[in-house]
Amino acid sequence: MTNPAFQSRRKFLQNIGYISVGFSFFPGCAAESDPVMASRIDYLGDLPRVMERAHQVNAWLQVLADGRVKVYSGKVELGQGIRVAIQAVAAEELDMDLDRVAVHLAETGVTPNEGYTAGSGSIKSSAMSVRYAAATARSELLKLASARLEAPLENLTLYNGTIRSTVDDKSIEIQNLLQGKQIETTVTTPVPIKAKDQHKYVGKAIPRQDIHKMVAGEPVYIQDLRFPGMVHARIVRPPNHRSELVSLDDARLKQQVPGIIKTVVNGNFLGVMAQREYQAVKAERYLREHSQWTTPQTFPAMENLYDHIRDIADAPENIRDDGEAAATLEKGNTLKSTYTKPYIKHGSLGPGCAVALYDREVLHVWSNSQGIYPLREALAAMLSMEPDNIHIVSVPGPGCYGHSTPDDAAADAALLALEYPGKHIRLQWSRDDENSWEPYGSAIIADLAASLDENGKIEAWISDIWTDSHSTRPNKDAGTLLTARQLENPSQMQSPGYRGGGHRNGDPYYAIPNLQLNAHYFDGPLRVSSLRSLGAFANIFAIESFMDELAEVAGKDPLDFRIEHLDDQRAIAVIQKVKAMTAAETVGAGEGLGYAFSRYKNYDGYAAVAVRLKVDAASGGVSLIKMWAAVDHGEVINLDGLKNQTEGGMIQAASWALHEQVTFDQEKITSTDWSKYPIMRFNDIPEVEVAVIDRPLEPVLGGGETAGPPTGAAIANAVYRASGKRIYDLPITLEKISNQQ
Amino acid sequence: MPRYTLNVNNTPREVEAEGDTPLLYVLRDHLELNGPKFGCGVAQCGSCMVLIDGKAAVSCTLPVSSVGQSEITTLEGLADDNGKLHAVQEAMVQEQAAQCGYCLNGVIISAVSLLNKNPNPGISDIKNALQANLCRCGTHTRMIKAVAAAKNR
Ligand code: FES
Ligand code: FES
Repeated sequence: MTNPAFQSRRKFLQNIGYISVGFSFFPGCAAESDPVMASRIDYLGDLPRVMERAHQVNAWLQVLADGRVKVYSGKVELGQGIRVAIQAVAAEELDMDLDRVAVHLAETGVTPNEGYTAGSGSIKSSAMSVRYAAATARSELLKLASARLEAPLENLTLYNGTIRSTVDDKSIEIQNLLQGKQIETTVTTPVPIKAKDQHKYVGKAIPRQDIHKMVAGEPVYIQDLRFPGMVHARIVRPPNHRSELVSLDDARLKQQVPGIIKTVVNGNFLGVMAQREYQAVKAERYLREHSQWTTPQTFPAMENLYDHIRDIADAPENIRDDGEAAATLEKGNTLKSTYTKPYIKHGSLGPGCAVALYDREVLHVWSNSQGIYPLREALAAMLSMEPDNIHIVSVPGPGCYGHSTPDDAAADAALLALEYPGKHIRLQWSRDDENSWEPYGSAIIADLAASLDENGKIEAWISDIWTDSHSTRPNKDAGTLLTARQLENPSQMQSPGYRGGGHRNGDPYYAIPNLQLNAHYFDGPLRVSSLRSLGAFANIFAIESFMDELAEVAGKDPLDFRIEHLDDQRAIAVIQKVKAMTAAETVGAGEGLGYAFSRYKNYDGYAAVAVRLKVDAASGGVSLIKMWAAVDHGEVINLDGLKNQTEGGMIQAASWALHEQVTFDQEKITSTDWSKYPIMRFNDIPEVEVAVIDRPLEPVLGGGETAGPPTGAAIANAVYRASGKRIYDLPITLEKISNQQ
Repeated sequence: MPRYTLNVNNTPREVEAEGDTPLLYVLRDHLELNGPKFGCGVAQCGSCMVLIDGKAAVSCTLPVSSVGQSEITTLEGLADDNGKLHAVQEAMVQEQAAQCGYCLNGVIISAVSLLNKNPNPGISDIKNALQANLCRCGTHTRMIKAVAAAKNR
């Protein structure tokens, strides 16, 4: 039952450079002696899809020589607290103290290939796989012990790594039971998992271990990696994506800037390496001043963006068509509105960064990519290397909220590493690079039309959504990497990526007999990819603004109107909850209280959001006073983590709704720093209150993206109540409120 | 190349760097400190903040040649001689006031600077003091709570 090759590969990889293992110290959960063992119930449902590939217990979990347990997950830490959630799940099933479980996050050749860490799937996929693997491990260990101790199974307990007989003093520790071997059993249903009402960690607020390191200034992030002899690199990016390098004069660079190692030119890719980081910064500046690029006009005039989008869109594709929506709308009593959302940025607080080392055999890359295995494929394609000769270690980074720049930074670093073998190259993007070159969240137009019947119920609804792609994440197509598009032999993206994300939540979750959804895809002027909640933010802004408009026409209370159109009791429950949370609010002059609801992806987590705000009558300026959310994500794994994600998602969405917009002229992106792309600051932050409806017997639903979409709509609805002005075009700025008739 | 003796976290530290090198790069690259972070390089986000003579300041635009003998304190230098963390640091852990945590350095430095001059700030004082700091994850409310809790420690 061992697999020595797998073991030694892990060992080998662990000896190269920095790997954070992360045993935790969590005194609050110390073991009591003589625990009562929780009962187990057979789980008979589906196993996560990733378990088709990684089906053996030892792919997920190994017993170390000292009896602690190490859990492997192919997901990466993005600030969502996945590490502690996975730790809790494993500790729970094995009846172990938390600090005896370490979690090893994504590393190629070591952890399971779990694709991307995205779409709020980490808990559903990774933590659940670990749950079933750990539960299987437990029953295998008990079976082994039963044979070894010659004791019947029902007399044995496993607690904190020791298996004991309850009738005599026989016992054995799990590491002695396994003797260096690992459990290779395939995980199959039924899996005996711990009864959820007897959970000790799962569902509770479990503190994260990494925050202690963060506050003390310990090395945590990709930016903090240091290796002996490491050198620093910067890239000089072109003015825009169609620019070409005409000439470069770097003859005097070494005289002007000390410490220069090398300039690398490959087509329109221009990089420079230096001994010290600030020397690389100065070299980048020097090269920018001493290079000439073409600057073709490549973007439409910004004020015509939405017309431009309509012009270039493909013929519409019908996504859903229930009943007779078009015919019913023609009968009249129809309301139509158009809503728009501009391009917005991920805007990670730390620009892209990566470290790479080519040891003349294997290319090692340290990255905060959300998908190290797909990144490996993309790098292999760009560099014409075998994937097996590329080793990628996931290291936490600053939050990036979707596909932002870590992969491109990794590609830059990899390319430079091949040019300068034997040295660790640390590549850091500038803020200007980050703001100008990250793949944005697509601009979206939503044309909505609906009609009401004689009882004021929605009879028909048509959504027409204009959208670009929502994922151009790395894959075996090298063109998914920015770097590859700029090389002498460039690769352009072969496919438009995942466009379906654009109409995510484009069809309302409400029960409407005649319902149609059409997608109008376009290949827009700006680089785009997935940004937290994809199209759902724009689409829910549109749908939930429109629901308030329809409720007003129908002469109904907006929340009652929503409930009238819902048959899902869990959806109704979150709305009732948020209604109760705000029941005592008294709204002052110039203030408004707005609501919105959504079920993310129409099959994932539920959220109802309320926002109380004030509109300054003179200026039109909006100040948020308080935001509430009631959410239901099924079984809760880490209550505090879920609340933290929900609060953060709401504040980020509020910032999108009120402030954010990528700006450009016809030659370049102009929102190149935080003064030109302002986001919410501390003075704008309202109070936030989140209620979680825990449903321990329901499947886990994703948590990171649920509350953001309705937050934008609730703000728009509150602005309307406060000022009488309905804003159709994001962001909701002071000019739009004060200028509108 | 010029040499400077900086006073960092109560220790004299000798560095060799061109005089225009911003303090941030000296702290991170030469002195291998992790507290101050690079976020924008143009004094707009607060990620790189340090205390200079007890007051929060951005380090990404401050040339090392202008630092002189000022006392520079980074996140690493906030703990007391026994290694006990500063009340603001402890409160951030207590409130679990981080998602990615990349902004925490600047937020903690700004908060310590505030408490240095105003031991009993109200919520709006706290918000004002953190106005130079960006947090992209939206962890603001927890951070505000943490600073309010820290003042009572
Ligand atoms: S890095 Fe210094 S303020 Fe942003
Ligand atoms: S916690 Fe991520 S930027 Fe503040």
